[in-house]
Amino acid sequence: MRQIKLTRYRKWRNRFHQGWMVIALLGMLLIPLVLVAGLILKSMLLLNTQSVLGLLTSTDWSPLSGHFGFLPFIVSSLWITILSLLISAPVCLLTAIHLTQYAKRWVLRVMHPVIDILAGIPSVIFGVWGILVIVPFISHQLGPLFGKSVSGYSILAGAIVLSIMIIPFMLNMLIDIFRAVPEELKEASLSLGASKWQTIKRVVVKKALPGIVSSFGLGMSRAFGETIAVLMVVGNVTRIPTGVFQPGYPLPALIANNYGEMLSIPLYDSALMLAALILFMVVLMFNIFSRWLIVKTETQS
Amino acid sequence: MNPKIHIQNLSLSIDRQPILKNVNLTIPKNKITVILGSSGCGKTTLLKSLNRLTDLIPGVQRSGEIILDGVNILNGGQDLVDIRQKMGLLAQRPYPLPMSIYNNITFGLRISGRHNRQFLDKRVEHYLKMVNLWEEVKDRLKDPASALSIGQQQRLCLARGLAVDPEIILADEPTSALDPISSRMIEEKFLELKNQYTIVLVTHILRQARRMADYVVLMYLGEVIEQGTPDELFNNPQHPVTKSYLSGQFY
Repeated sequence: MRQIKLTRYRKWRNRFHQGWMVIALLGMLLIPLVLVAGLILKSMLLLNTQSVLGLLTSTDWSPLSGHFGFLPFIVSSLWITILSLLISAPVCLLTAIHLTQYAKRWVLRVMHPVIDILAGIPSVIFGVWGILVIVPFISHQLGPLFGKSVSGYSILAGAIVLSIMIIPFMLNMLIDIFRAVPEELKEASLSLGASKWQTIKRVVVKKALPGIVSSFGLGMSRAFGETIAVLMVVGNVTRIPTGVFQPGYPLPALIANNYGEMLSIPLYDSALMLAALILFMVVLMFNIFSRWLIVKTETQS
Repeated sequence: MNPKIHIQNLSLSIDRQPILKNVNLTIPKNKITVILGSSGCGKTTLLKSLNRLTDLIPGVQRSGEIILDGVNILNGGQDLVDIRQKMGLLAQRPYPLPMSIYNNITFGLRISGRHNRQFLDKRVEHYLKMVNLWEEVKDRLKDPASALSIGQQQRLCLARGLAVDPEIILADEPTSALDPISSRMIEEKFLELKNQYTIVLVTHILRQARRMADYVVLMYLGEVIEQGTPDELFNNPQHPVTKSYLSGQFY
């Protein structure tokens, strides 16, 4: 009798513990949904009064008179993201190829934790470093070199800081991708008489290509959403930038700088929520595309 | 016996762990030499020493000589591309290059600077016919090679190796991942090809060795225990290790 009682007790205890794990899981899955629902709900206020297309293509951002044109912010974000990817992608690719194909084993063993540590540095530190080093460098050296008198707070500064931040993130993925290329595939190419470089160029990189593209995609989504470090060096001027030395005002900075202030202006918080929604959607799209590429190539091979 | 390759006092270690211990071996020309042995005995390492794929292993150390047509290919002064194009490699599992069927065959040719389209077309057809794959793939040469079945892929890999016009075929348990029919196809192909090529076949399947071998080498823990004609080795083994291997006491 006692025995049965005990097993029953254990059964219930088991169920209870399984239960809260499921609740934790559901909570984790629910949070993003609640988040998106909240963003949509809040931004509906603005979307009900103005058309989406109008908001996205207008350059006029004057909340006091009720004009919310998102184009300057979207363009700034795109400039910074693409530019930072142009800087970091080749660096990452070449570093990953060197570390996985050429370097001695101990180099990779040392580099792996170093890269992890770099990836873990708080972004505000990169921002401070940007203000102390990159901004003056652009203002005093790079700007005059191109015959421009600039403050240094610019798209370029944001892109440089950002590229340094996403390098460890993308590098880690690329190293794993290159290490996943089977040794036998390289041997097959070499035994056909290909040199090491020919093998890397025509076989290894080709095999890894979808993975490379998706790691760049994930890096881009990371860059697109990065806020604080960029905000500190980018200038935050509401204008469509026409060159890399000009200041910009990316979407995340818009939200971080303004939310909580001047919310008495009608529709202002709704506009900021719409900015957040746009940000969310773009990052989500980058992520889904990249994951899809990874899954597709994994099932292929 | 007309020797093609002489291996003299070949020793190889990885991170000071000896893999091959003082291997001495003669591989006859235009014959099938079967290297038998249990897994981990150094068969594959020996095979990959021949086209110097062992160079890639980190921490590898090597001494001794491998003499191919009178030249020691372990000398620094040798052109690696030349050595490797003299030997086609067939691995345990097919690893088609990440490109089309057509480009898998032409890869080695393009690497050595042959770009003439008609020449390449002819070569592709010739070698695919040679491995009995032409009829199955002639209408989809532009498809990725990964779309083929495992058996087809292995034949493609054989054709790819033959297309660079080697003198030697190195085969590392080439049928271990294949179904019986594909295995037999590869075996029959080897028996056909041995008139033109020197074949070195690594296997742990005793019956395959009996079917294929003109010359047998038995390895055990990195050493060559015994070598000779199949008749000598299978019917009159001298070494106790050979005897216990043949009687199935270990694999």
